Amino acid sequence: MEQSLLELWKAIPASLQWLIWTLVKIVLIIAPLLLSVAYYTFAERKIIGFIQVRLGPTRVGPRGWLQPIADAVKLLFKEIIIPSGSNKVLFLIAPALAIAPALAAWAVIPFDVGLVLADINAGLLYVLALTSIGVYGVIIAGWASNSKYAFLGAMRLAAQIVSYELAMGFALVGVLIAAQSMNLQQIVLAQQGSILHWFWLPLLPLFMIYFISGVAETNRAPFDVAEGESEIVAGFHVEYSGMAFAIFFLAEYANMILISTLTVLLFLGGWLSPFQGIPVLEDWFAFVPGTIWLLLKIAFFAFVFLWLRATFPRYRYDQIMRLGWKVFIPITIVWLLVVGLAVVYQLPWWFD
Amino acid sequence: MNFELPNFSLIIPEIFLLTMICAILLLDLFLTDKQRIVTYYLSQLALVVTASLVFFYHTSVVIVDFSGHFIQDPLSDLLKIFLCGIVVVVFLYSKDYLKQVNLLKGEFFILGLFGVLGMLIMISAHSFLMLYLGLELLSLSLYALVALNRDSQLASEAAMKYFILGALASGLLLYGMSMLYGMTGSLELASISEQISKSDNNSIVLIFGLVFIIVGIGFKLGAVPFHMWVPDVYEGAPTAVTLYIGSATKIAALALALRLLVDGLIELHHDWQGMLVVLAVLSLAVGNIVAIAQTNIKRMLAYSTISHIGFVLLAILAGTIDGYIAATFYTLAYTIMAVGAFGVVIILNAENLTDFQGLNEQHPWLALMMLLFMFSMAGVPPTVGFYAKLMVISAIISVDLTWLAVIAVLFSVIGVFYYLRIVKIMYFDKLEDCTQVVKLATDMKWSISLNGLAILALGLYPSALMVLCTQAFVMSS
Amino acid sequence: MLLEQILFYFFATVLILSATMVVTSKNPIHATLFLVLAIFNSAILWLMLEAEFLAIALVLVYVGAVMVLFLFVVMMLDIDIATMRAHFIRYLPIGLVVFITMMVEMILFVGTRYFGLEQFAKPVAKSADYSNIEELGQVLYTVHLYPFEIAAVILLVAIIAAITLTLRHKPNTRYQDPSHQIHVDPKDRVELLKMPAEKL
Repeated sequence: MEQSLLELWKAIPASLQWLIWTLVKIVLIIAPLLLSVAYYTFAERKIIGFIQVRLGPTRVGPRGWLQPIADAVKLLFKEIIIPSGSNKVLFLIAPALAIAPALAAWAVIPFDVGLVLADINAGLLYVLALTSIGVYGVIIAGWASNSKYAFLGAMRLAAQIVSYELAMGFALVGVLIAAQSMNLQQIVLAQQGSILHWFWLPLLPLFMIYFISGVAETNRAPFDVAEGESEIVAGFHVEYSGMAFAIFFLAEYANMILISTLTVLLFLGGWLSPFQGIPVLEDWFAFVPGTIWLLLKIAFFAFVFLWLRATFPRYRYDQIMRLGWKVFIPITIVWLLVVGLAVVYQLPWWFD
Repeated sequence: MNFELPNFSLIIPEIFLLTMICAILLLDLFLTDKQRIVTYYLSQLALVVTASLVFFYHTSVVIVDFSGHFIQDPLSDLLKIFLCGIVVVVFLYSKDYLKQVNLLKGEFFILGLFGVLGMLIMISAHSFLMLYLGLELLSLSLYALVALNRDSQLASEAAMKYFILGALASGLLLYGMSMLYGMTGSLELASISEQISKSDNNSIVLIFGLVFIIVGIGFKLGAVPFHMWVPDVYEGAPTAVTLYIGSATKIAALALALRLLVDGLIELHHDWQGMLVVLAVLSLAVGNIVAIAQTNIKRMLAYSTISHIGFVLLAILAGTIDGYIAATFYTLAYTIMAVGAFGVVIILNAENLTDFQGLNEQHPWLALMMLLFMFSMAGVPPTVGFYAKLMVISAIISVDLTWLAVIAVLFSVIGVFYYLRIVKIMYFDKLEDCTQVVKLATDMKWSISLNGLAILALGLYPSALMVLCTQAFVMSS
Repeated sequence: MLLEQILFYFFATVLILSATMVVTSKNPIHATLFLVLAIFNSAILWLMLEAEFLAIALVLVYVGAVMVLFLFVVMMLDIDIATMRAHFIRYLPIGLVVFITMMVEMILFVGTRYFGLEQFAKPVAKSADYSNIEELGQVLYTVHLYPFEIAAVILLVAIIAAITLTLRHKPNTRYQDPSHQIHVDPKDRVELLKMPAEKL
């Protein structure tokens, strides 16, 4: 049986083999991702519940563990209502446009040395390009809904994302200068040494700006003016229901995980062990695979997203713009100069 | 990769100007409206120092550097110094007017200086890339300058037209450049010229590209049939901006045409000569005839510009050193008269021809100056305009295009009519309301007098300017 | 090779169709979205030419930033399609003449006859680890240093021009100064007075 399967596999032409193999890899990335998105929503309700001294969901399944499944089933069976006067085609395309880039960006994310779907040189640029496309889903949704609230939300988000993308892009340029490469694997490998060699230290302002801009890009509290339930009901997805709404929801959480992952890869040594370079501890923890370290770090930032939401009140719109343009962009530009000089003069420790 | 570090001292004037602009830009933020005059003085200082830096680093040899992007030759030095001088006068004339119409903002001077920087870059450009970038730098500044008076509908409309047509022209120019780049594999003017002379079997594609380049140049020069924007922009823009566009930018337009057609595409001279003939004749005809029908002084001067562009094109299409000398001489002479004529318009804050009524009674000296400018534009001896026209015509005749010379003379004679009409209005028409009093500040009085006398002096002793223009070409060839 | 050709013709066709739709579609939002599609397809064509940096930069800059702002503006505009249509039909004849002339000329000149493999040798394919980002960086900061800097100046002028034309200082606007807000002292806001109890 095994023998015949292997022969069948060999009989397939090489290019088709490659195609099948790639598809398998994609499924291997996407399936756990979607599962973690589902449980991320559960974690959000639990953690925020804990912070607000309440229990969160407890009824579905043991201790509420089946809650996300129940939510998914509910959304699947709900009717998708298409508002009158809306642009039907665009209304239905919008959720797809929101989720596609959120998933496509994972193609270049390395999970360990060599463990990556597409090891391309311009990986960093690719990620930046894809995260910037995500905004189309929201804008089109807001416009196609034929609703004032949705439209307002879309307008707010368009301006916000474009503003924060600049700061984000500049922060990435800092990483690029420090690592001398745009390949995400190379960037992680450039941080080898110890926890102090990771880029969070030499690029501290860029690290913080990148993560905060990431929060703004994913339209999460305290930057969630596009939804702003107390101001414009639910913003751009006010007219969406059922699966169409669920896809927006998925895209938002997938994006949050993506931003956490990128922050870890770019600034916190990716899959590198935090005990690297420490004599005894390094040996003790040598058995832990890199992927586990990566996942742990991602989990921490995913938690920070929730922590922020539970802690801060929403920014006023002009304050968001002020922070993006007048604070973040000048800081990143100044720090780019600092990093550039450090690299040129081979500042010991990090860049020698 | 072996790369030779360029000689940065070659672009010291440009670097200085850019640094000054950035400094002025920052300083201007902290000035109140009453202190705005500081911006003006600093801008003048920047221009004067830039011109003296060009003079200081002047050499009589041709230097190409920055990997072929930059050229310094006597022509570039002459045009640069002249340009800075003209803009100094432009700013001087504009200052009081801007205060009157409440437009005395730092942006006027800053954008004006950026325009100068763009023109300096164009003058020293030695590749398609630099020509295009210099052109865009100039054009962007001009679009904003035209729209500077935001509350005026006329200005906004003019800026819009200028912007759209300018963008279209840039697109055409770029398309032509890409064709030539495709055929020759180079952006640098000298090697393009070399490549073209080597291969002649692909010339049809080269001409295809050349057509687009000529159209682009035609738009930027304002030659007929690509002149539609000129009258609207001259009329709609604040007069200070019209003064800038009407005088200083013509030097850059000349540089653009000379660099592209002579430095780069001289091998295609046969082909572009024919195209320029069409543009020149149409410009002469339309410019001179339509100007007669105008009642707005700025529109009239716009059409007069178009006809003068026709003359410059005539000189260039001759394709000889004499022709290029004549074109340069004509352009420089024209900028002196244009800056003076618009200067008088700006002093009177004139819109219509009737605003010149009885100027002789009110301010005889100013009327005399305007008389000189008009005579010079019409080409009446002994002003410099006469000599400039003479040179162009003799350059044309020397390449056996006598019929073109005849046409040029014919249309100039028609043109004399509307220039002399201004003179008639100033001297013989009675002023209807005597409420308006013309007052002249001292610096304005001196500069307008110098400007007018320069017209006369250069007309009597043309060899002063002539020697400079000749040197520019004889040395560099 | 065949696959590559099929892909090229597919994306080229989509590019041309979407570019046509940009001009002809009735709804300005649709036109803008078709422009996004056109840009995507040209990025793919660039990718097929192994110019991955330019392709991604095109998507990043045009799709990710410029077109978002385009959409932003177009959505807020109230464009009267009817008058636009009328103008379109009015100028259609002259537009067609120009279009046909240009098409014929371009088909005649821009083709394999003058730009074919006989005239220009096929460039040597680079190996897989070749990075054209590095090459571009090298050229930009050496050979093309001067134009590169001037391009930066043009961007500066664009900023100045945009601000000049849009910024209006309204004298009556009241601003909040965040640093002032942060540095308030409770003592300045609330004054606690000690009042002696009054006897009745």
